[in-house]
Amino acid sequence: MSKTAIKVEGLSKRYRIGAQQRGYRTLREKLNETALAPFRAVKSLKNGNGNGNGHKSKSETFWALKDISFEVKPGEAVGIIGRNGAGKSTLLKILSRITEPTEGYADINGRIASLLEVGTGFHPELSGRENIFLNGSILGMKRVEIRKKFDEMVAFAEIEKFIDTPVKHYSSGMYVRLAFAVAAHLDPEILLVDEVLAVGDAEFQKKCLGKMGDVAREGRTVLFVSHNLGAINRLCGSAIWVNDGKLQMAGETEEVVSRYLSSGAQFSGERRWSNPVEAPGTDEIRLLAVRISNGDREQAANFDVRRPLNVEIEYELLAPLPRFRTAFRLVASDGTVILTSSESSNNGWDQTNREPGKYTSWCQIPGNFLNVGQFGITVSCDIPLVRTLFFVENCLNFHVEETGSHSRRFPERWPGLICPKFDWQLERLDRESVACGAISD
Amino acid sequence: MSSAIDNPKFELPTLRIAPSQGWVPLKLKDLWEYRELLYFLIWRDIKVRYKQTALGATWAIIQPFFTMVVFSVFFGHLAKVPSDGIPYPLFSFAALVPWTFFANGLSQSSNSLVGSGTLITKVYFPRLIIPLASVFSGIVDFVLAFIVLLGIMVYYGLLPTTINVIWLPLFLLLALTTSLGVGLWLSALNVEYRDVRHIVPFITQFWMLATPIGYPSSLLQQPWRTLYGLNPMVGVVEGFRWALLGTNTAPGPIIAVSAVAAVLILVTGAFYFRRMEKTFADLV
Repeated sequence: MSKTAIKVEGLSKRYRIGAQQRGYRTLREKLNETALAPFRAVKSLKNGNGNGNGHKSKSETFWALKDISFEVKPGEAVGIIGRNGAGKSTLLKILSRITEPTEGYADINGRIASLLEVGTGFHPELSGRENIFLNGSILGMKRVEIRKKFDEMVAFAEIEKFIDTPVKHYSSGMYVRLAFAVAAHLDPEILLVDEVLAVGDAEFQKKCLGKMGDVAREGRTVLFVSHNLGAINRLCGSAIWVNDGKLQMAGETEEVVSRYLSSGAQFSGERRWSNPVEAPGTDEIRLLAVRISNGDREQAANFDVRRPLNVEIEYELLAPLPRFRTAFRLVASDGTVILTSSESSNNGWDQTNREPGKYTSWCQIPGNFLNVGQFGITVSCDIPLVRTLFFVENCLNFHVEETGSHSRRFPERWPGLICPKFDWQLERLDRESVACGAISD
Repeated sequence: MSSAIDNPKFELPTLRIAPSQGWVPLKLKDLWEYRELLYFLIWRDIKVRYKQTALGATWAIIQPFFTMVVFSVFFGHLAKVPSDGIPYPLFSFAALVPWTFFANGLSQSSNSLVGSGTLITKVYFPRLIIPLASVFSGIVDFVLAFIVLLGIMVYYGLLPTTINVIWLPLFLLLALTTSLGVGLWLSALNVEYRDVRHIVPFITQFWMLATPIGYPSSLLQQPWRTLYGLNPMVGVVEGFRWALLGTNTAPGPIIAVSAVAAVLILVTGAFYFRRMEKTFADLV
């Protein structure tokens, strides 16, 4: 097959602002609008506007997707990444024919199925068995197909005993397992998946990811939207990064993910005080900027959990100042101070004498140290036991993101603020005692 | 791995997803492809309808039966409305059975799209299936009420004597067509204008009065009686009486007019529905 599985060309989708919140209009509004339209047209003509449709520009619109083009080859697994509201889900909704594009087109070659939610159409009053058939047919399976895979689904969901109980009596875990079991046995040539793996306990998530991996390996074409960059790294060979409704980048997963991480759409990675009057400090020293950077000292706000990051404090020394030190605190998103670090811990710090001028004091936090999450930086400068020169609380935030390091094999988030790699040793105990026995023999 | 992929019956044509403009084809073939989903949705509606009700399926009978009792007391007994020589309770019940099927189908399908919001925003399938399923699932209720109707006929010793009975399914189809046609219009409108939900009870109420359920259409003179058939339910009701009870009001022309009107409602409804379909997922 040389044809592309999915070919997207100039795809755009426009929404009316507020259409999603209000959902619908009342007939009265519509009648009002229609009845008043001629008057408005006359009015706008009078105003020399000349544009009879003047009132139309008032109903504001926004482009959820704008001019997206890409191709997916058969058998390829493609991850779609981007921030919330970037348009990832809209893209999947268009490709799965739930909503129409406003412009552009997409060509699909092959049987397509989409999984935007698990358990779509489940009815609480129906039993597990009945819901399998109902949900299966909603997802596009034929009855014979469902019957054939029925036992497999029930075994996968681990609910054999409750198969004839109405699902309203199920625990939420059982419910999700059953729903995923049906979805996991879909057999399309092209599968669109939206974040459905973010359900269930860690154990079950592992199972789901395993199943997804099987699907990808079987040579199906998969389009996979997720915030779990680790899962995308593992499952998808290539990735598409959608930003503000536009295609930011497409290419190999590793590359797209790392570019996405260093983009810092939310956090700039730097806080700079360009106005000296507002800058924290005294007559002797003034803070210029606080910056977070990656291993190559490029400013960034999102970091790969495996890679080191630098905290940089840039300041201007206006007068000679003896024995001062810069320091920072690393603060977790809940406010817990994880650590404090200061240049005074360096040997020979109290011998350094700094001439007036501009400096950057920086240090590196190693990779494989911080756990996944959001962190804040508080910076300070003081002369120990004498006085504080500046103290700026929580002046900068950054993300450490999952890329599948320690948990490459397991899609779980380990508890804890830090997550260093330690060396683990293994000792076998019983073998030695057997050996002892042999000696005494 | 799977049989479906190993032996594809045919190479699927490229599916083009692009914006549509104005009126679009009905794509009945697509609908046929999804017939199993239609079956499952009907089956779900039927299974769920009387869950957790004390009286269960009896509700299907209670509604037309008690309307018949009220009609018989007020119209038949007190107002002495003529009934084409048929005992009045039987006369009105023979009309109420198809009418209840029609009216329930109409209100169920009108609200069907709005009630299936989660399906519409999460899965693709021809949306026509949703109102179709809600109208079809009413057939079970109809059958139950029809059995009661047969019981009443036995009670009055009035069994169908003519071969006309074979036309009954056709009149049921006419009721179904009308119900679905109006249901398509209203369900699609309801997605954008929730006013429809409040209008539906009025529509069924007025429509009931405009249909010869408590009175015979023979009250009207020709040519008005034939024109009366523009209300398709006139054809249905008179057809039922003619086929079952042997009223000799010869409703042929009425039924012809009704059939044309019903088909017209259905076809325009289906096209309007398809035209609005693309907005459903964004508005529902």
